[in-house]
Amino acid sequence: MASTTLLLEAERIAKAYGGVPALRDGRLALKAGTVHALCGGNGAGKSTFLSILMGITQRDAGTIRLDGREVHFQRPSDALDAGIAIITQELEPIPDLTVAENIWLGREPRHVNCLIDNRELNRRTQALLDDLGFEVDAKLPMRRLSVAQTQLVEIAKAFSYDCRVMIMDEPTSAIGERETETLFAAIRRLTARGAGIIYVSHRLSELAQIADEYSIFRDGAFVESGLMADIDRGHLVRGIVGRELQPINHKQNRQCTPEICLDVAGLTRDGEFQDISLQVRKGEILGIYGLMGSGRSEFLNCIYGLTAPDAGLAQLNGQELPIGDPAATIRAGISLVTEDRKETGLVLGSSITENIALAAYDKLSNLSIINMRKERNLAESMAQRLRIKTASLDLPVSSMSGGNQQKVVLAKCLSTEPVCLFCDEPTRGIDEGAKQEIYRLLDEFVRTGGAAIVVSSEAPEVLHLSDRIAIFKAGRLAVTVDNDQTITQEALLSLAS
Amino acid sequence: MNIILNNLSGNIVQHRKKLRLALDRFGLPLVFVLLCLILSLSSEYFMTWRNWMDILRQTSINGILAIGMTYVVITRGIDLSVGSILAFAGLCSAMVAAQDHGLLASLSAGMFAGAALGAVNGFMVANLSIPPFVATLGMLSIARGMTFILNDGSPITELPESYLALGIGSLGPVSMPIVIFAIVALFFALVLKYTTYGRYVYAVGGNEKSARTSGIGVRKVMFSVYIVSGVLAGLAGMVLTARTTAALPQAGMSYELDAIAAVVIGGTSLSGGSGNIVGTLFGALLIGVINNGLNLLGVSSYYQQVAKGLIIVIAVLVDVWRKKKR
Repeated sequence: MASTTLLLEAERIAKAYGGVPALRDGRLALKAGTVHALCGGNGAGKSTFLSILMGITQRDAGTIRLDGREVHFQRPSDALDAGIAIITQELEPIPDLTVAENIWLGREPRHVNCLIDNRELNRRTQALLDDLGFEVDAKLPMRRLSVAQTQLVEIAKAFSYDCRVMIMDEPTSAIGERETETLFAAIRRLTARGAGIIYVSHRLSELAQIADEYSIFRDGAFVESGLMADIDRGHLVRGIVGRELQPINHKQNRQCTPEICLDVAGLTRDGEFQDISLQVRKGEILGIYGLMGSGRSEFLNCIYGLTAPDAGLAQLNGQELPIGDPAATIRAGISLVTEDRKETGLVLGSSITENIALAAYDKLSNLSIINMRKERNLAESMAQRLRIKTASLDLPVSSMSGGNQQKVVLAKCLSTEPVCLFCDEPTRGIDEGAKQEIYRLLDEFVRTGGAAIVVSSEAPEVLHLSDRIAIFKAGRLAVTVDNDQTITQEALLSLAS
Repeated sequence: MNIILNNLSGNIVQHRKKLRLALDRFGLPLVFVLLCLILSLSSEYFMTWRNWMDILRQTSINGILAIGMTYVVITRGIDLSVGSILAFAGLCSAMVAAQDHGLLASLSAGMFAGAALGAVNGFMVANLSIPPFVATLGMLSIARGMTFILNDGSPITELPESYLALGIGSLGPVSMPIVIFAIVALFFALVLKYTTYGRYVYAVGGNEKSARTSGIGVRKVMFSVYIVSGVLAGLAGMVLTARTTAALPQAGMSYELDAIAAVVIGGTSLSGGSGNIVGTLFGALLIGVINNGLNLLGVSSYYQQVAKGLIIVIAVLVDVWRKKKR
């Protein structure tokens, strides 16, 4: 597997924006036929580095060599022509075009150079998708696909370029474990053909599985690199964070009361989930684990009132919850940290303060006139409690890193003083340090008498956080288990699939 | 030495940032002041009390419309029907006024007419999910047609003194339209800035889904902004009727365009979630001053239209550039 020919080599790459360095010393040496993990926290300079490699951004200093020859990419198409393709975190499909049309946009097979050869287009796409093992229909319009399928199409698009270097920036952030396995198989086929892959992911367990080598960036500079086989997870975390992170066992000594907080009986919403009954006690975290499309997010959204159930009942502290009215659900004492902070969690252009206060204006106003001092105090105390890092609370949330944005979402949800907190993928796409802080906050929340449901597609996270685990499978509750030491990741996955 | 240099460059960056923030905030007022300066150098008459009262009076109608429009645009909507609603509400109130039912009755009639048509707009947008552009384009035509039907296409004149005072009366040295304009501007600026309702308007425009998960009644907010716009169009219609001493069925044609222009020049983004009343006021004033200044300079009205168009495009272009830099 490991040949010694260097495919891509970047040295001392630097880039500053308006005098502020985003990247001071970026380095990477990618060998042919290997997967190279690029690790670093939010703000480590990975994104800047990658966009320089792709020719999206121009570097201030440093050299990039492809096959030993120095290259200067002026625009992304230069990089593509040279055989470097990228899969980005941001999905930007054209919703009304088909999968095939999206993948080959601008490169469609043609008759007489102007008419699109649709049959060839679809054939070629289906062959590509089948070859990769992705279950997607080439003729479907993009808008009909799920988020996971959209991500798979994005990946297929990168594969459709006959590339030798592929950059994958968080390719699995939106897909489930099964699709991840399929992706890994495709990656291995690609490396077997001699291609090199730069792989970025916050999911460290994934890196151990797929990567051959690693490089770590911290605060805009290269820290170290080496063989993945030589190090363990702790080494990687230390390198990324720059200090020892104590993996705290939060569950220890947590006292669960027998008092039931949330009681759901036979909740059904046709086409999403069927007949789900479960209970959450005060002082406990209930983890919900399931694959993509198992109905876990839909279940939370339904109790919260974003959708209405077709049958069944949900009670909070013995009181029946309102149906289809998020405002009333919030007043009843439930808060929801949604799956996608940019889509449904934050108002990106508004200030941090306004976002934190958004759901709590009932408490911050008198006859609907806002008490500015109360609003400010709330934002300040939340920023302190959640360790939100920012120069000013008046800045728009779009100026913050992913981890801090997620903390703002959490702050917004805690501001309504819920008794039961729903968290849907609370740590997606954020770095290890911020993850630990979110875990700490959730633990603190239940220790002070709250109850929480955490939905996650990461088995380690569910095992780490929850007192009990409910496993969802194809819209049904497969089983609820106590999370003692006997449960393993493998057991979870096999129960869920 | 290095440390000193670093500090220095840090300081410069800081200063640049501050300068840019200042430009962001005061860019439009600065342009406005510059324009006034140039005009006062070109014409002695420009900087007189009488001329400024003229400018403000002429701006008041567009200003009142633009304030309602700002609310709508912040929610990522648009209201093309304000000109027609203005005419309809003006005519309704004039009909009541002409029959001597008293000032209060005629005022209520105009406001109610505006609110009702605004509510129809709001219903179409919030409940039927018709795109605002299309819904209000329909209303533009419907309301105009209804205005002609209402009095068979003829104007209503011979209005009572008390009603005319709205347009030609004055409070001390300041004429009534300006007073009304000022009160409306102050009230709606405060609501937008200091009430929960104001925040919800921004949140709905900034991210509808997030607003919904935060427990905000997104539909109610969307519905309501069209009522705000309708009521203000009604008020503007009455002021205009009183000022011209007649309710004309063809009044207010293409007024929606000037109102949108004022909002856009004022820095409110058509993609929603941002903007404020102060910006809109400057936008409306800028249009007023340009019209007035070009008149004073004896420029033909044909050229005035070209100038106004250019300024709108440039204002938005500057905004686009500013956002790109970030």
